[in-house]
Amino acid sequence: MTLALDLALCALILGVALAAVAGAGVFRAVIFFITYGLFVAIGWARLGAYDVALAEAAIGAGLTGVLLLAAHGRLRRMQADTTERRSPTLSAALAGGAIALALGWAWFALPAPQPPDVAQALPQTGVGNPVTAVLLNFRAWDTLLESIVLLAALLGVWMLARDADWNAPLGPRYHARPDGVLAYFGRFLPPIGLSFGVYLVWAGAESVGGAFQGGTVLAGVVLVAMMAQLLRPPRVSQAMLRAALVLGPGVFLLSGLAAVGLGREFLSLSPAIAKSAILIIEAALTISIAVTLALLVIGPAEDPEPGR
Amino acid sequence: MTLWLHLVALGLLATLAGALWRVWRGPSQADRMMAAQLVGTGGVGVLIVLAALQDWALLVVALALALLSALAAVGFVKAQTPDGAGDPEEQSAHHGGQYHPAARQKDGAT
Amino acid sequence: MIFDLATYVLTALGLVFFTAGTVGLIRFPDTFSRLHALTKADNLGLGFIALGVAFQVESLAQIATLALIWALALLAAGTVAQLVARAALTTSQEDE
Repeated sequence: MTLALDLALCALILGVALAAVAGAGVFRAVIFFITYGLFVAIGWARLGAYDVALAEAAIGAGLTGVLLLAAHGRLRRMQADTTERRSPTLSAALAGGAIALALGWAWFALPAPQPPDVAQALPQTGVGNPVTAVLLNFRAWDTLLESIVLLAALLGVWMLARDADWNAPLGPRYHARPDGVLAYFGRFLPPIGLSFGVYLVWAGAESVGGAFQGGTVLAGVVLVAMMAQLLRPPRVSQAMLRAALVLGPGVFLLSGLAAVGLGREFLSLSPAIAKSAILIIEAALTISIAVTLALLVIGPAEDPEPGR
Repeated sequence: MTLWLHLVALGLLATLAGALWRVWRGPSQADRMMAAQLVGTGGVGVLIVLAALQDWALLVVALALALLSALAAVGFVKAQTPDGAGDPEEQSAHHGGQYHPAARQKDGAT
Repeated sequence: MIFDLATYVLTALGLVFFTAGTVGLIRFPDTFSRLHALTKADNLGLGFIALGVAFQVESLAQIATLALIWALALLAAGTVAQLVARAALTTSQEDE
């Protein structure tokens, strides 16, 4: 029975992926991509990777959808040409198939690596969730650089603004009927989302959750509040905004340097203070991730007078 | 009980496949968006059943999905308004909130 | 035993409502009747599934989580149905 369930899920994931790339129409492809995120999240859940399922559910089925739908609406308003180019599908399919075959061969042919036993080293990391232990302790380098990559991506998006608009508010001028359904939803959801996001960061040390997942949920409810015109879009020049963006990478980097100052290796955590250090770093990272993701979705600074 | 919950999860996935047919078929963008919304609700249902089958920690994933399930649809209705930032309720206020088939314009966009 | 029976009955009911929602989504003739079919039926279905699963939980916190999940799904569905219906009124019915 388990096998039937997994096979059905695999068929759905493959079918939705095919529908997203094979069918005509950009809008249909976008909607299929949103549902794809959802089925992949269920797939990760089946595989027991709950932290990944959580991230995929929040990013794939939530934030990416808003981003792609806004981009599609913008293309339509600019009357951009949305007809697909006849791309060389056969050669693309052949290349994709070859890569899949090569990866499959590598999977079966290469010797299985002997990973270090995370479970054995877990007590020294200060946390009980092995994913958090890997992200914030064993492989802190990766996580530090990833948080900086996210910041670089946001700077890249900001660069798309015209010089004259640089200090205009970021993103579109969202407006909503003040007594409408959207405004009501925008008032109702954020308190729940804020509590849940904070819970995810706190619980992430021992069970499912973490800074990235919590930050994504926070970004989602911040977006809802912005789209309901309850939260003003910030400007690039605001000192508070800039501080929020660099807080996470900054605290992370400082903690790494502090370890060097104490005579340990860069980014290593002494087991005695590991738990509190990880929680402080994760709290700072959460704020930065939430702000960065929300600003990535709304886009660069825009002229206050639309349609000019 | 385990067998039954597997069957329920399978049944839910089957209803989601039906909703995917509507995403494919359309014809309007609202149809596709609403079908995706149904897939979201069904996905929450599947995760709840999987939580009972595998691990109760999955309830947190279902909760995240339920919390953010309206996000894409809100982005969709925003993008549908003339300036891409409005609220369909403001818009229909211009028509007195009435259903005016003549007010619909074919936009021809895909 | 009685709890298991409740789970069987309630999750089966939930599945019936999900099926009804999908059938409505496929069979109904226009966008607005399809909206009407699915936003009501599938959220009722989710409620029955959550209620059915609630008879298997290990702690009260899990029951509270299940209730919160359903409440959030209802809130989202109500908001989305209203907004998408309005958007469908003012924009095109056929897009390709």
